[in-house]
Amino acid sequence: MKAVCWQGIGKVGVEDVPDPHIINPRDAIVKVTSTAICGSDLHLYNGYIPTVHRGDILGHEFMGEVVEVGSGVSNLSVGDRVVVPFPIACGNCFFCGIEQYSLCENSNPNAHIAEKMWGHSPAGIFGYSHMLGGYAGGQAEYVRVPFADVGPIKVPDSLTDEQVLFLSDVFPTGYMAAENCDISEGDTIAVWGCGPVGLFAIASARLLGAGRVIAIDRFPERLRKAREAGAETLNYESTDILSALKEMTGGRGPDACIDAVGMEAHLHGPVGAYDRVKQALRLETDRPSALREAIMACRNGGTLSVPGVYGGLLDKIPFGAIVNKALKVKSGQTHVQHYMKPLLQRIERGDIDPSFIVSHRLRLEDAPVAYEVFRDKEDDCIKVVMTP
Amino acid sequence: MSTPFTSSPGLDRSQSVPPKDVAEADWYGTEAEYEEYEEYGVTPMLEPRQLTQALGWFSVVLGLTELIAPRALGRAIGVGEQPALIRLCGVREIVTGIGMLSERYPSKWAMARVAGDAIDLALLGAATRLPDANRARIALTASAVASVTALDVFASRQLESVESTHAPVETVAKAITINSPPETLYRFWRNLENFPRFMRHLDEVRMTGERTSHWVAKAPAGTRVEWDAEIVEDEANSRIAWRTLPGSSIEHEGVVSFEPAPGGRGTIVRVSMSYVPPAGKVGVHVAKLLGEEPGVQIDGDLRRMKQLIETGEIATTDGQPSGRRSVLGRTILGRWLS
Repeated sequence: MKAVCWQGIGKVGVEDVPDPHIINPRDAIVKVTSTAICGSDLHLYNGYIPTVHRGDILGHEFMGEVVEVGSGVSNLSVGDRVVVPFPIACGNCFFCGIEQYSLCENSNPNAHIAEKMWGHSPAGIFGYSHMLGGYAGGQAEYVRVPFADVGPIKVPDSLTDEQVLFLSDVFPTGYMAAENCDISEGDTIAVWGCGPVGLFAIASARLLGAGRVIAIDRFPERLRKAREAGAETLNYESTDILSALKEMTGGRGPDACIDAVGMEAHLHGPVGAYDRVKQALRLETDRPSALREAIMACRNGGTLSVPGVYGGLLDKIPFGAIVNKALKVKSGQTHVQHYMKPLLQRIERGDIDPSFIVSHRLRLEDAPVAYEVFRDKEDDCIKVVMTP
Repeated sequence: MSTPFTSSPGLDRSQSVPPKDVAEADWYGTEAEYEEYEEYGVTPMLEPRQLTQALGWFSVVLGLTELIAPRALGRAIGVGEQPALIRLCGVREIVTGIGMLSERYPSKWAMARVAGDAIDLALLGAATRLPDANRARIALTASAVASVTALDVFASRQLESVESTHAPVETVAKAITINSPPETLYRFWRNLENFPRFMRHLDEVRMTGERTSHWVAKAPAGTRVEWDAEIVEDEANSRIAWRTLPGSSIEHEGVVSFEPAPGGRGTIVRVSMSYVPPAGKVGVHVAKLLGEEPGVQIDGDLRRMKQLIETGEIATTDGQPSGRRSVLGRTILGRWLS
């Protein structure tokens, strides 16, 4: 089959690889019909996530048709149309029991590597480094899905691929980011980053009753989409964000701040240069300029919600602000399995049509171009969907 | 279970200085050393480690001198102006010196020093033919090198014997919480035949009686080690301990306990295992039964056990596709062949 393989920093290729097969009883094989490139795939592409090896198959946002099920899977049958959540979860452990699926204790065969990095290991993730399991990803014609009786959700034929594909990651991720803000009626939520996760966070914050959402980015097309999703927007290239947010909120600051940017934040000026140099010298693993700003902007006693991916060590984080302003910090990889069913219902009811984020439709073979365009945000690129 | 051995005793005396009034059962070193301790109340003084350290530092200092002041040194030892060659010898001295100071098994570095001494002696012999050679000084130097060589040979022999007879003893203890009641876990562990399903170093465990079992473990180079063990403690739903029968080729013991986690959150399983290999070279290999990093290995074992109990299978990616190619496969010829 054809699959998108990591070939080194800034390089992916579409290669012929062997077809996957059932390895464990609870596996299923899914024939991919649509797969997307996630912003977090760019962290792999740009070489900022350790333990990615040449030849690893990428991709954790995918859906398709079940073509084979293992003997331990009774709730799926061949021919089912399913969306697959990006974290792999067993459904049996303590964390799966409390529906914190991205913390599954049993799905990462390389948990010892993650433990060295973070003290404890989260769940395994499709196509996202060996530290997180080394599972072959979904930017391929076929994927082996472990614990298939727990993760994949069946979707009705009345909805298109693009309407349901993002249940695999970015829609639940944006939704959980908003939910983590514990929104009360009328709250003001500020969102850094208007990529797919930011856009879904904006839309979800509105769904959850936020009075006002303020979105921050620099790309006009993304800011336009943010306005469409229900936000007021600020361009950080032309505005001083901290004073603008203070002014807009009558001096108090947003009730909650969402960092939907993560480890490769872009910032002009000396601070941006400082982080780029330190990251290049491996003195810090992440460039946290959006996070710093979100901490400083947040109102006293407010909530900081971080769906953006950070991998390791961050520098110059104003932790004193977190303590003295009594901020609550919420983060984590998304517990996708927990959100899929209610969010699918919202899509079916017409509360939201997630396909609004799609900007580029390409074939799987075009992955090398797709990654480049997405990374450089050329051609107003927001979300790339590929079909095998 | 307690086991007195924490590390390779002959090599790492810094960690094995016994506290006062050590009972024989808790002694770290050999029997002869214990007798000495009982008689004099001090730790034995013959220390291959100290000689190694001294030789290591000597090597580093000599090497630095050769690097920094090759000309002065050349004149002093009677070989005249040979700065390049002397600097090279200096680099070699520093490398072997650091090796002896830092390696866990310095005998190989001591052998490297012996080889280095041989090179030095050969070079000194050749230097006698140089026009600006001072033969008297060269002879003096050669006799000094020869005595250091003798020390190096002595050190490497001694270290080698220490490394091979004091096989490392590995004890590991780990805990894991499992979403299952103690009764289920006790039943699973009580049938020792389940062990190879999650302990990677075991090929087979066969129950040969109600309490006795026969074990087959993987040893290095495709060989196998076998022994018989018996269950020595068996408290239903809370604790099982086993150990090798007397006369086995190795001494192995293990204990597992099951304790309900607070708040009904499953069971805390605590496992402790040790392998005490026989002395000698074979022992060194057997000691590796628990792997190069025993802590990591048993961690993985327990994680697999948890996966098996909780999910019914062991999470793996073995056998999945990737775009990785062999070294040959990356070449044009390789692609053409495939």
